[in-house]
Amino acid sequence: MKTSLSLMTTLAMMLACAPAFAAAELPLEKATLTEPPNVPPPITRTSAAKVLVELEVIEKVGQLADGVDYVFWTYGGTVPGRFIRVREGDTVEFWLMNHQNNKLPHNIDLHAVTGPGGGAASTFTAPGHKTRFTFKALNPGLYIYHCATAPVGMHIANGMYGLIYVQPTTPLPKVDREYYVVQGDFYTEGDFGAKGGQAFSMKRAIDENPSYVVFNGSAGSLTGDRALKGKVGETVRLFIGNGGPNLVSSFHVIGEIFDKVFTEGGSRPQENVQTTIVPAGGSAIVEYKLDTDGTYILVDHSIFRTFNKGSLGMMKVEGGQNKDVYSGKELDESYLGDESVASAVLPNRPAAAVAKAPTAKPDAAAGKSLYMANCSMCHQQNGEGIPGAFPPLAASDFLNNIANKNRLDLVATVLKGRTGKITVNGKEYNGVMTPVSGLGDADLATLLTYVSNQWGNKAPAFSKDEIKKLRDAVMTAAPAAPSPPH
Amino acid sequence: MWILAALSLVIAADRPVRVAIPAGRFAPLFGLDTGQRDFAVSAFAIDARLVSNAEFAAFLRARPDLGKGRISSALADECYLSHWEGATLPPGSSAAPVVSVSWFAAQAYCEWRGARLPSTLEWEYVAAASETDRDASRDPAFVARILGWYSRPTGKDLPGESHRNVYGVYDLHQRVWEWTLDFNGAFNTADNRQDGDKIAGMFCGGGAIGSARREDYAAFMRYALRGSLSARSTLASLGFRCAASTTETR
Repeated sequence: MKTSLSLMTTLAMMLACAPAFAAAELPLEKATLTEPPNVPPPITRTSAAKVLVELEVIEKVGQLADGVDYVFWTYGGTVPGRFIRVREGDTVEFWLMNHQNNKLPHNIDLHAVTGPGGGAASTFTAPGHKTRFTFKALNPGLYIYHCATAPVGMHIANGMYGLIYVQPTTPLPKVDREYYVVQGDFYTEGDFGAKGGQAFSMKRAIDENPSYVVFNGSAGSLTGDRALKGKVGETVRLFIGNGGPNLVSSFHVIGEIFDKVFTEGGSRPQENVQTTIVPAGGSAIVEYKLDTDGTYILVDHSIFRTFNKGSLGMMKVEGGQNKDVYSGKELDESYLGDESVASAVLPNRPAAAVAKAPTAKPDAAAGKSLYMANCSMCHQQNGEGIPGAFPPLAASDFLNNIANKNRLDLVATVLKGRTGKITVNGKEYNGVMTPVSGLGDADLATLLTYVSNQWGNKAPAFSKDEIKKLRDAVMTAAPAAPSPPH
Repeated sequence: MWILAALSLVIAADRPVRVAIPAGRFAPLFGLDTGQRDFAVSAFAIDARLVSNAEFAAFLRARPDLGKGRISSALADECYLSHWEGATLPPGSSAAPVVSVSWFAAQAYCEWRGARLPSTLEWEYVAAASETDRDASRDPAFVARILGWYSRPTGKDLPGESHRNVYGVYDLHQRVWEWTLDFNGAFNTADNRQDGDKIAGMFCGGGAIGSARREDYAAFMRYALRGSLSARSTLASLGFRCAASTTETR
């Protein structure tokens, strides 16, 4: 009896200690996980390995936009979570650690996993605990992972998603640069740009009415110094994900055509694509060659999200203009279209304007029309701007200052656009103004005179000749930053 | 007799009183059968306050076998009372709720006091009350306040703020998570291996199936947390209070 008992014990111990998979002979390696937007280097192995992945859940305060604090729930301390790269056929030993200071249980559903819950049930982890499961990466492709603990929408809405790339046994061709970008929608109590600590709004989430739609966890995560970088002649591969939780992305790079898109992160590429759909809980791999320099803007082309909710990133490309591919502006001269329309916008024809609208000040009417056509979608109808996004022009200390003291700067702002931090009426803005193109000297003079003398602003009028001089000065100065939007 | 009376006076002053909770009907987030609207809840009594470090230390003097470093690893994980310095309380923590205790230790404490842990139904029934309403589970402001607490990391310090609900029970929310008698009852039967479907139902969209109030995210989080525990688990944000069926109390 005693013998059989101890034999059973030994057997039980052997069973308990046996690896979950018969993978003991595979070489063991620890996966390198990277923070956004960087991707681990391609795997050069030509046979399967057992790959150890350790991912820690951290609940922490971060910035959703400049001056906007939010409690993010993260995989590895960043939104999106760390990028995981394994190879098709690898056996992955996955550890999920839930930091003891966290308040909530979490888990992970990796869409690359074949098995119930994608690992969710096996990794359900209380704070201060860790769990493990093992899976075989059967299908190559780019997959979202996310938390699936109830209420799942809130866990995702707070930033619990990332990407795992299962590199095919025949890898994609080598490129010069790889990055990853993950879109997400966020739901705060305050509107876009409302400063301070912002709590999660369950109502907004259920209504699918986000206050923020951003790339890589915050508005401005890929702008200014943090823009993606490239050089003319290089090839780029972007691993794109969409954590959601609600919105489907119309992913587009302004001024680029994707040479290849592995739609939905799958195996077969489509070629020559302008905009690709990235489903919530889905992905896409896009590739393009950098043919000429400039700043290329990454957007969700469901475009109000980009203008008003933050889904804007940048790729800055250096290495010289390729005139063969893109010339820049070659010509800008007056165009007198239909007489009745022209009379309303051309200030150098006051007689006609006065005759048709004797009570209106001709410059003001023409200026207003130019303003409505070129500026009002951002700065709003009466120059009031949008708090946190677009600075006001009405009673603007910033505008009055440059319109009176640095008129070259004002003209440069309109012609070349403007990025970086500015302070307007005591409030900080850190957005992107795209260049306003297609305005002749006379129109621009009318427009700037209008704007700098409306809504409580005061500055001397601009003449056509003054604009011409300033335009020449601007155009001979340093090259433009952003490329014009499509 | 006078000794007993004096003793009970001391206890009343030193230890939180138990509050009588009237019988009623309640629809918890999980557990209702199809077509069932609610459960009957019998009258019971529940501690007005969370069990404190000092009270738990007193218990351990009577049950040294459950002391830190002594307790069997079958009854508590390695983080049991990890906020205590050895067997003694950290300075100034006597009145703070005891945390990092396992279900076994919490239930043993309650039994030592002639009570038990509250059932999940009882806990949710009494915790649905706000400062002014017995059932505030659909009051958006109340739910949002609780949700706000769940959304923040635990950190090192427990908040000192105290909330008293309409029954006179303190700090059911916004302080620590609490053990219940049947904490894993929503998901697990006695044989865990047969619960595959139930557990899977808690993840992803499946979590909404079978819930009484899909908008009650705070309750989802409580059920999710309870479901992540085993009886030997301890958390730095998990404490308890005791309850008793009214017929059991004197």
